[in-house]
Amino acid sequence: MKMTMVDAINACLKQEMERDSSIIVLGEDVGVDGGVFRVTEGLLQKFGKGRVIDTPLSESGIIGVSIGMACFGLRPVPEIQFQGFEYNAYHQFIQHMSRLRNRTRGNFTVPMVTRLPYSGGIKALEHHGESMETIYIHIPGLTVVCPSSPYDAKGLLASALSYPDPVLYFEPKRLYRAFKEDVPEERYTIDIGKANIIKEGKDLTLVSWGAMTYISKDAIADAERQGVSVEHIDLRTLSPCDYDTILDSVRKTGRLVIVQEAAKTLGFAAEISARVCEEALLSLEAPVKRVTGWDINIPYPKMEDYYFPDGKRVLRAIMETAKF
Amino acid sequence: MPITRAFEGSVDYLQILDKDGNVDKALEPKIDDTTLVSMYKGMVLARIWDHKYMALQRTGRMYTYPPIEGQEAIAIGVTLACKSEDWLFPTYREASIVYHLRGHPAYQNILIWMGLEEGLRLDKSIRCFPYATPIGTQLPHAVGAAFALRSKGEKSATIVFGGDGSTSEGDFHDAMNFAGVWNAGTVFVISNNQYAISVPRKSQTKSETLAQKSLAYGFKGMQVDGNDILAVYRTMKEAADNARSGKGPIMLEFITYRMGPHTTSDDPKKYRNEEEVAYWRDRDPIKRFQIYLKSKGIWNEQFEKSVNDEATKIVEEGVVKAEAYKPDPKDLFTYNLASMSKDVKRQMEECLGKG
Repeated sequence: MKMTMVDAINACLKQEMERDSSIIVLGEDVGVDGGVFRVTEGLLQKFGKGRVIDTPLSESGIIGVSIGMACFGLRPVPEIQFQGFEYNAYHQFIQHMSRLRNRTRGNFTVPMVTRLPYSGGIKALEHHGESMETIYIHIPGLTVVCPSSPYDAKGLLASALSYPDPVLYFEPKRLYRAFKEDVPEERYTIDIGKANIIKEGKDLTLVSWGAMTYISKDAIADAERQGVSVEHIDLRTLSPCDYDTILDSVRKTGRLVIVQEAAKTLGFAAEISARVCEEALLSLEAPVKRVTGWDINIPYPKMEDYYFPDGKRVLRAIMETAKF
Repeated sequence: MPITRAFEGSVDYLQILDKDGNVDKALEPKIDDTTLVSMYKGMVLARIWDHKYMALQRTGRMYTYPPIEGQEAIAIGVTLACKSEDWLFPTYREASIVYHLRGHPAYQNILIWMGLEEGLRLDKSIRCFPYATPIGTQLPHAVGAAFALRSKGEKSATIVFGGDGSTSEGDFHDAMNFAGVWNAGTVFVISNNQYAISVPRKSQTKSETLAQKSLAYGFKGMQVDGNDILAVYRTMKEAADNARSGKGPIMLEFITYRMGPHTTSDDPKKYRNEEEVAYWRDRDPIKRFQIYLKSKGIWNEQFEKSVNDEATKIVEEGVVKAEAYKPDPKDLFTYNLASMSKDVKRQMEECLGKG
């Protein structure tokens, strides 16, 4: 069935909530309104007020109570309406969600999936367009996934909803309705911790995730027309990252471009680059190239296109690296 | 149009046993002798344990510790007033004695302050939640827990502790607000010990009482003499019964005083004077309860000795066992996630010298 990413996440939530009665959805406007992006549309009607809860307007409250629910046998799926408003709850992620299993030696665990609509490119207001995945990847004890297609969105969410530990599920907003693709109606899962080789190639490796996977596709097609064979890896899971797949590819191609929507400094691309330099330096035929947002505050919507990496910048990076 | 009253509210204060051990007969709760003895034993144990912890820290056998001296009546009164099906969420200050009363082995309690996560390997059967080191962050967890317990059809309350300082935190607001909206079966136990480290209660809020904050969230609050274990027990029992039976949350502000430093790293002489400490020493929770038990024919010198001997034995045996415990460095890596990533496994091998 052809689905957008919104359709796929919605279908997955319905399917998983039918499968597991401990799953509950909570957040701001997720019930009657079906979520501001309509991701939770129809859930209230189907599962009732006991499992689909319009909460008070408080990100830290939503995450705080969800941690308590998760420790006590429920599997909450809180929605943070926009990741840019999550910071009020950040202490709960770093101080409790990520640490309870370890500090109780496995007696208290926090199986929950926090949905975080993130990334820009939809001309939204300020605080609606950041890509701050790095600050969560940095926390041991948290698992971070990020789908780049409707198919991946459904399969990764199904895995997250039976995962024994807390998962942060980053939803790239600009892909919500960007395209449709075939998504199986029956349940399937995609392994957490495993990257996806979207396309094999022999001259250069391009690593991306989320919306950057989508915007890189045309650039890769252009590069191929110019004779550069690109291996495209979509990470799917950001933590734990599947370095083996990246390293195997770089050892084969000798060249690496990483495309990241976030600002350059200390973004996840920096960590990937460091790992490749640590473990595959002698395979490299060219410097590792990063295509990223700039180290400035994200502009208001009118000028935001100056900020985000686009197909042109990706193509330029591929060609420079291929010709180095 | 005349101006009308949009809201009216009040907060009651309860004391049953005054500082000299005089009991208000009309308010005195009916408590069986076994429970009265348990109350006394619990308070004596908490104090002996506290002094031992301080001594161990001062001699380099333990790390930083937050002492409970002066606040024992709240921890013990609350724990004993609850039913075994209720869940307790203590702060670090009550943690040892609350966990102990629920059956957590003494040596594991001691391991917490000897700096080992092993100490918090809390068996779920004792229905105690791991304390939080940041202030107030555990309050919303207890509300979420109450929601989960009710959704599973369990009739049990969640009892969450905080201090006067915690009422200034955003998490306090979150927890109280969610609890009110959800009519959660949560009892907020706020130990107002007059100071958040060095900052006095009056610098935390302009509210006359902390308890009145509950009124803004749509439920009742009460102020209670926290050094009077009879008042603590009576209010807590009623609050837990209400929470358990679906009548919703309540906030209890227990007035008390921290006799010792905030932690072993703190010097209270910098922010409070001897007269103030003496005033509160005169209101000691153990002393007045001892007088009460004497009037009931329970307390005598021999009883005192046996209670002290028993408490000392628990603590001393716990220390011996805790000091003999050999932690396995592998555990640092084992419990972070249900399954270890390849990367962390490699790091573990390097850390343990096998890489």
